[in-house]
Amino acid sequence: MFAGLTDRSWLWLAAECYLVGLLLGTFSLLRGRRQSGAWINSFIAAGYLCQVLGLYARGRAVGGCPLGNSFEILQFTAWSAITLYFFVGVTFRLSLLGFFTSSLAATLTLVSLAIPAWDATRREHIFGGNPWIELHAALALFSYGVFALLALTSGMFLLRHYSLKSKQPGGAFSFLPSIFDLDHISVRLLGAGLVLMTASLAVGAVYWLRDTASVNPTKLLFTVAIWAAYATALGLRLRGVLLARRFGWAGVALFAAALLSLWPVDASRHSPVAAPAGRTVPR
Amino acid sequence: MNGECLFVLGATHHTAPLAVRERLSLDAGAADALRAELAGLAGLREFTLVSTCNRIEFYGVAADASVAAAVQRAFCVRQNFSAAEFEQFRLSLSGPGVLQHLLEVTSGLDSQMLGETEIFGQVKEAYGLAQANGHTGAVLNRVFQKAFQAAKHVRTTTAITEGQVSVANVAVELAGNIFGSLADARILLLGAGEIGEKTAKAFQSRGAATLSVASRRLERAMELAETLGAFAMPFWLMPVKLAEFDIVVCATSAPDTVVSRPVVETAMRRRPARPLFFIDLALPRDVDASVAERENVFLYNLDDLARIADENRAAREAELGKCRALLAERTAALWRQIEPRLQAGPAVSHATDHRTEPA
Repeated sequence: MFAGLTDRSWLWLAAECYLVGLLLGTFSLLRGRRQSGAWINSFIAAGYLCQVLGLYARGRAVGGCPLGNSFEILQFTAWSAITLYFFVGVTFRLSLLGFFTSSLAATLTLVSLAIPAWDATRREHIFGGNPWIELHAALALFSYGVFALLALTSGMFLLRHYSLKSKQPGGAFSFLPSIFDLDHISVRLLGAGLVLMTASLAVGAVYWLRDTASVNPTKLLFTVAIWAAYATALGLRLRGVLLARRFGWAGVALFAAALLSLWPVDASRHSPVAAPAGRTVPR
Repeated sequence: MNGECLFVLGATHHTAPLAVRERLSLDAGAADALRAELAGLAGLREFTLVSTCNRIEFYGVAADASVAAAVQRAFCVRQNFSAAEFEQFRLSLSGPGVLQHLLEVTSGLDSQMLGETEIFGQVKEAYGLAQANGHTGAVLNRVFQKAFQAAKHVRTTTAITEGQVSVANVAVELAGNIFGSLADARILLLGAGEIGEKTAKAFQSRGAATLSVASRRLERAMELAETLGAFAMPFWLMPVKLAEFDIVVCATSAPDTVVSRPVVETAMRRRPARPLFFIDLALPRDVDASVAERENVFLYNLDDLARIADENRAAREAELGKCRALLAERTAALWRQIEPRLQAGPAVSHATDHRTEPA
C-alpha cells in the first residue's frame, strides 16, 4: 500500500493516464489538428508519477527491484521508455513522439494489468540478495525501454517515409518529424540501448564466469542473441548497409523479438512462488 | 442621428482587376502625403490606411457618412482617378460589416492566397503606423486589437493556415519533411529560369544557406548566383558534384533527361545514409522517374507539387465556413462593445481613449 492505494491501483491509475494521453492525441489527429503537447505531456507525467509510486510500493513489498514476473517486467519496460522519453522529448522536441510514447506505455501497462495470471506468481530471491545482479537486471530492462523508444521512432520513420514516397505528405502525416531527424535520433537510441545492454551483460558475465551453472542456458541464449542482433544492426547502419526503410523495420522487428524473448527468459528462471497476497503489497 | 460612423473604403483583388489596382496603389511617399491630408480632414476622427499589393483600404471613424465621401475624393484626386470610375471597383462598408471584413482580412480569409499569414503583419504594421501618428483612437484601437486576437484564434483553432498552397512553398515544405531544418541543407539549382529562381528564393526565405546554380550557360548561372547570393557551377560538373547536394531543384529547358538513374546511383553510393531530394519543375522532365525507386531518393515533379498545393487549398477552403462562423461571433461581440461609443459620439470616445490604448 502507498497513500491508501495498492501497488496495482497506482499502476491502473498510471495506465489510465497514459490511455488519456493516447486518446487525446488520437482525437487531435482525427480532427487534423496539431497535437497539444502540453496536455499529452501532462498526462504522461501524471501517469509516470503514479507508476513510480506503484513500482515503489511493489519494490518495497518484495524487497528489491520488481522484476519477478511478466507483469513487473512489462511495467518496468514501460517505465523505462517513459523515463527516457522525458530526456529525448525535451532534447529533440520530436513532434508526435509523446503521442506514440503514451500509446506504447498504455498498451504495455494495460495488457500487463489485464492478464491477472501474469501477476499471480512471482520468482522470489531472483537476485540472490546480490545488488550487482539486481543492477544487471535493471540495466537490461532499461535498455529494453530504450529499444522501445527506438521502435517508436522507427515506426514514425516508416510512416513518414511511406507518406513521402507515396506522395501523400498531408493529413496526420504532416505532423510527423522529418525523416532526417527521426533517423538521427534512432541511431542514437540504438547506440545508447546497446551501451546499456552491453553494460548489463558485462555485469552479468562476471558472475556467470564464476558459476556457469547459475544461469539458465535458454536465458543466456536469448539474451545474447538479442544483444548480437542489435549490435549487428548498429554495425550495419554505421557501415551504410542497413539504411532508411530497412533500418526502420529493423528497429520495430528487433523490439518485437526482444519483447517476445522475455517470456522464455522469464520462464527459464527459478521456480515461481505465490505473488504477494491478493496482489496487495504491504508497507 | 448624432452618433459617429465606422466605415471602410477602398478596393481589393475581389473588386478590382490588377490593372486597376496598379493605378490605385500608393508608394510610401504618396501614402504619407495622403495620411497627412486625411489627418486634417474635418469630421474624420480616426483612420488607418492598409495598403498592400492586393488591397488599399481606409478604415475610419467619422462624424457622419459624408466624411467617407470626402476621403474618397481626397484619394481619387491624389491618384488622378475619376470618382465615377473608382466607384465601379469600390469596396464600401459601414457598421458591423466593417468589423467582419477587417477580421477576415487580418485572418487571411480575404486574401488571394487563402489563409496566408503575411497579411496579418501588414495590417499590424499599418495599424502601428496609424497609432504612432495619433490617427487612431478608442474605437479603432479596440477594433484592430480585437482583429489581431481573432486572427490568432482562427489560426490556432482551425486548419486555415495548414499546408502550403503554392508550388514553390510546397517544395520547400517537403524538403522540411525530409531534412527538418534547411539551414544545413545544400541546394543545387539546375537551370537559371524564372521558376527555378522563385523556388530558390522560397528556400532561402526558409533559412537555406548553401545554394549553387548550374546552367548550360555559365554566364547566366553566374548572373543568377549573384542575384541570389549563391555559387555558380558549370553544368557539366553536375554528375560529379551531385553527391555533395541534398536538394536538387531541376528547372532546365532541356529536351531530354538531365539527371539519369546511373548518375543518381553513383551519387548515392557516396552518400548512402543521407537522403537526396529532387524537385523536378521542368517540362519535359529533367529527372529520370525511375530514380524514385532508389532507397533514400525522393522525387517530386510539377504535377505532384501542383496536386498537393490543390489539396491544401481545398482543405483550407473547407475550413472557410468554420472560420467565418468564428469571426461572426467575434464581430457581433465587438459590435456590441463599440456601438454605444459610436452612438455617444466623440466625447466618450476621446474620454476613454487612453484607457483603450493597447498594452
